[in-house]
Amino acid sequence: MEIKDLLQDRREVILKKWSHVLLQSYPEETSRFLRKEKDPFANPVGSAFMEGISGIYHSVLYGVDRDEVSPFLDRIIRIRAVQDFTPSEAIGFLFLLKKVIREELFDEVSRKGLNEELYLIESRIDDLTLIAFDIFMQCREKIYDLKASELRNMTYKLLERANLLKDFNDEANGDGSG
Amino acid sequence: MAKAKGKTPKPEELAKIDYSPPEKHWTEVPVELKPGTFCYGARPKYLEEVDFPNPRDWQPYEDDWKLPENWKDIVLEGMEDRLNKYRTFRLFMDICVRCGACADKCHFFIGSGDPKNMPVLRAELMRSVYRKYFTKAGKFFGKNAGARDLTMDVFKEWWYYFYQCTECRRCSVFCPYGIDTAEITIIGRELTNLLGCNTDWIAGPVANCYQKGNHLGLEPHTIQSNIEMMCDDIEEITSIRIEPTFNRKGAEILFVTPSGDLFGVPGVYTCMGYLMLFHELGLDYTWSTYASEGGNFGFFTSNEMAKRLYYKIYAEAKRLGVKWILGGECGHMWRLVHQYLDTWWGPADFLEVPKSPITGTVFENAKSTKMVHVVEFTADLIKHGKLKLDPSRNDHLRVTFHDSCNTSRGMGFFEEPRYVIKNVCNNFFEMPENTIREKTFCCGSGSGLNASENMEIRMRGGFPRANAVRHVNQKYGVNMLANVCAIDRAALTTLMQYWVPDVEVCGVHELVGNALVMTGEKERTMDLRLEDLPGKEEEEEDV
Repeated sequence: MEIKDLLQDRREVILKKWSHVLLQSYPEETSRFLRKEKDPFANPVGSAFMEGISGIYHSVLYGVDRDEVSPFLDRIIRIRAVQDFTPSEAIGFLFLLKKVIREELFDEVSRKGLNEELYLIESRIDDLTLIAFDIFMQCREKIYDLKASELRNMTYKLLERANLLKDFNDEANGDGSG
Repeated sequence: MAKAKGKTPKPEELAKIDYSPPEKHWTEVPVELKPGTFCYGARPKYLEEVDFPNPRDWQPYEDDWKLPENWKDIVLEGMEDRLNKYRTFRLFMDICVRCGACADKCHFFIGSGDPKNMPVLRAELMRSVYRKYFTKAGKFFGKNAGARDLTMDVFKEWWYYFYQCTECRRCSVFCPYGIDTAEITIIGRELTNLLGCNTDWIAGPVANCYQKGNHLGLEPHTIQSNIEMMCDDIEEITSIRIEPTFNRKGAEILFVTPSGDLFGVPGVYTCMGYLMLFHELGLDYTWSTYASEGGNFGFFTSNEMAKRLYYKIYAEAKRLGVKWILGGECGHMWRLVHQYLDTWWGPADFLEVPKSPITGTVFENAKSTKMVHVVEFTADLIKHGKLKLDPSRNDHLRVTFHDSCNTSRGMGFFEEPRYVIKNVCNNFFEMPENTIREKTFCCGSGSGLNASENMEIRMRGGFPRANAVRHVNQKYGVNMLANVCAIDRAALTTLMQYWVPDVEVCGVHELVGNALVMTGEKERTMDLRLEDLPGKEEEEEDV
């Protein structure tokens, strides 16, 4: 038996526990709501988290493909990147999957001599965390970009109105050099 | 590889990070003002312009808010005054049974996960103080009766959360008692204004509007030249030259729209739609460069300030001698028109009950205020077959409609925009039922929160809306989010760029302008954004 079979068999339990520790990063009233409300439009955060961890778990089992897993990481990190979290808190939930897997499977893994495979699984989680870090930074950069863009658009319009801008094409047309 | 020996530390032991928030009673957790979640403090010049108290340089993140020594008395007297003046306020302070029906309905709670954004708890921030100073139980039993002292920490907490509520009223739809938490926020903001604690993003537009007639501070010649620039673009698209009039006495109709339509993208495309429609109808209307703002940021400071800013619309209607007023696509403008104007000034009897000069329809719903929403006006035109439309010009768009909080919950305006969109577009898709109509999710930036410095809170608050847009984007390929509000047009554009970058934002009259077949126009090859219509690209001229 391979560890991925074990992880596949215990998928439901592990995902439930992982989502539980993820939601523990919110106040009790909030985590209760995020856990219980099943309507994806009434509870978009809880729903995005479930969708995200399920896709991430798949790549933990079957290998990390950046393009494939990124949308799932994005579902969670895009939200946490604008909430009240430090960067480590925003992406630290991935490391907690190690904890959940060990708690759930460690004895069995030892008994069946699957430690090496467990290390492989944990290395995948490390890889995922690096990708998560990239996504977190992209989200934060986007936020700063949006802040700057709104201000720039406002200022640009004012300059345009005051005839203080010269159209790029005006210059390009008169410039014969190449 | 050798088997691991000894006890391997667990990941959370290595990281030593405690992810769980502290378990304390909410009254014992002072507010922490984190960058990205609040707007900058109002500059003194803006407060001075409208005679608001305590003008000074201050910032919310500074320890000292530079309040007068008797600040507590001012707030409590302000509360007492409003408890006596507004029966709703006293009622809403007394009747909540904390059933929790509203708790998970607020977009800010859903998006932030902060329990103090639950409407019930946001209101409790003020109720606890109300109990302490205005009820016997609270005076005698204090904390045991849910009462607490008004301290500087409490005041800062009020400020933080009352400027984190967009007054959208979604929570009130679910409250079995009909408690309108927006009204509590409104009073809360009035109280902060008694101490000069407003945001720059609100106070600036208020001062501009008072001085220049619109939030952006556009002067008459700028308004005129902006609209003329739009006419240049319309001429390029249609070959038709439109010559709108300004401040023309004796016109039948005065048209007032939010100034965002005159300046910002994509608002200007909506404005081009109005100009084309009115030209095609031959409507006897005029723009005013004085009553040049449909929105009213005064509403986000105090009832009196809102009243003070809005009177210019009627004053201008009287001065120009028009018969009635047509209003542009705006959100809170229509909540004010629908719910406040009659209380402020009673029926506007110097005007006539609005009657469409094209269809003869009398707008009975506006017989007191004499103001008609342009989407109602257009829906009526379409219903009577008065417009020649080619919806295929919008075939490159797959459209959904965002109900603005104020037009939906503030005036029950659901069908008209959908009717118009379905007549000018072939591809229309609804978002899920619990995110539209009276249950619509706010854009997250209403009520003066559409500044840039509080981007994180805007993205949190707008997430439930964006999530529903994402759904129709993935399911139906929706690429355009239509709406009837100027703040929506600006704020949703940014919101989409973060959450659903494939989707753009437009006003309903931009779609109307695209589809409108105008008399004598050339064959359209561009939409109102001056972008090529698919399949109609102009062939490049031979060189």
